[in-house]
Amino acid sequence: MSTLTRVLENMGRRAIGWVHRLGFACRFLLLTLRNSGLCLRRFSLVTREIYSAGVLSLVIIVVSGLFVGMVLGLQGYDTLERYGSSSALGVLVALSLVRELGPVVAGLLFASRAGSAMTAEIGLMKATEQLAAMEMMAVDPIARVIAPRFWAGVISMPLLAAMFSGMGVFGGYLVGVRLIGVDEGSFWSQMQAAVDFQEDILTGVIKSVVFGIAVTWIAVFEGYDAPPTAEGVSGATTRTVVTASLSILALDFILTAFMFRGT
Amino acid sequence: MPTLPATDNLVEIDGVNFAYDKRQILKGVNLNIRRGQVVAIMGLSGCGKTTLLRLIGGSLRPTRGEVRVDGKVVAKLGHDELYALRRKMGMLFQFGALFTDLSCYDNVAFQMREHTDLPESMIDDLVLMKLQAVGLRGAHRLMPAELSGGMARRVALARTTALDPMLIMYDEPFAGLDPVSMSVIGQLIKSLNDALGATSIVVTHDVAEALALVDYVYFMSEGTIVAEGTPDELRASDKPFVRQFVYGETDGPMPFHYPADDYAHDLHAGAGR
Repeated sequence: MSTLTRVLENMGRRAIGWVHRLGFACRFLLLTLRNSGLCLRRFSLVTREIYSAGVLSLVIIVVSGLFVGMVLGLQGYDTLERYGSSSALGVLVALSLVRELGPVVAGLLFASRAGSAMTAEIGLMKATEQLAAMEMMAVDPIARVIAPRFWAGVISMPLLAAMFSGMGVFGGYLVGVRLIGVDEGSFWSQMQAAVDFQEDILTGVIKSVVFGIAVTWIAVFEGYDAPPTAEGVSGATTRTVVTASLSILALDFILTAFMFRGT
Repeated sequence: MPTLPATDNLVEIDGVNFAYDKRQILKGVNLNIRRGQVVAIMGLSGCGKTTLLRLIGGSLRPTRGEVRVDGKVVAKLGHDELYALRRKMGMLFQFGALFTDLSCYDNVAFQMREHTDLPESMIDDLVLMKLQAVGLRGAHRLMPAELSGGMARRVALARTTALDPMLIMYDEPFAGLDPVSMSVIGQLIKSLNDALGATSIVVTHDVAEALALVDYVYFMSEGTIVAEGTPDELRASDKPFVRQFVYGETDGPMPFHYPADDYAHDLHAGAGR
């Protein structure tokens, strides 16, 4: 009986801790939004972070996009060919990328490349008292450090997802048209006819914006909340990648269920 | 014990208690810091010295009592008023806390750019003057990672004094420094205090350096002030606590062991497992 009580107690404590932390994270997001005036007025603070979070993530995004597109081209051709509709390869590649793979895979890569870097940087700034020093200089660290990184992530993520999808389509073209020999005209024209701006592209963009908000929010919160020790920062970095990745997958399901019902 | 005229005090701490969760850190601390003086707060690690600085800077709020800086009760200030007060304060952190993504120059220029509308040409002159005062004008292009511990502390000192604060707080400014850097920092604390007409609070456990430098000393132990006086008064003191601290005696009122159960009992019971 006492073991059962202990287990229940532990579960309760964990649940309370989790809810408490979620509440703290929500307040932190509101505080970040409220203190965004400075970085939106001095936009150079954001552009600097866009360079770290966005531009430096370009290589991994471009290369991954290209390869995912090439694999889609190969696999898609193999399946479509069985039904004699290999000319629809362009549609398959483009829709898979724009609707799902672009935002999701770019989001996962963004979480591991830029999100983890953000958490580690903010966590280390906290551990080395840089955030406390800033506060003592009457400069709000939320406005000066957190908000620019948050907005940089929110702006970079949709651009990276678009870049990923674009490269993916190019990869599919390289394999499907150039390597296998699918008709170039039908590849592009079917894609143009089937991909709808509002139904497909806009929903993909909305997904990538939501993922951008989620990943960056988790990354900056974990960094700010990290215990100021080596172990604390490494744990926070791991949590960023795990939580952000799972959040992307969960949000993707929810958004897809809302957006594509009945179509 | 000498009492100080109230009007002359820049910082007044009245019956301050502070606890982290249930751990009581400060228990009824009373002290005054007179304008223009360099005052040391000394005590063993973990006795609440740094907490006291954070209370003065408004990063923490006392659970009881009042901290007044320049006549204002710090805990009752709103966000904007607190930030306005902090612009008149400077704090040197234990390991400098320089911004690692900015050069020495940009570190010193940071507050000027954040809080003033000065043109870059004037900021340039001011930064070089501040760095010259700590002897590191030639290092202005270096990044914090390229500096030694002592140099980093000096750059941080230049940054702390960037806006000519009325109150400068030093958190363990001598920790981990070689003897030469220690005396350089000691001299800088004194000379900058005099040059800026500021008031300085030095939190340290470095007895020799501190007694040579400061005008007045408060000794803390287990969250309370246990002794105070000028350096000469303390050297002559026969209080066991002061003697133990000033002369580094291992035997005395300050316990070496963290509170624990009976040793023999713990060994038999296997308390460590």
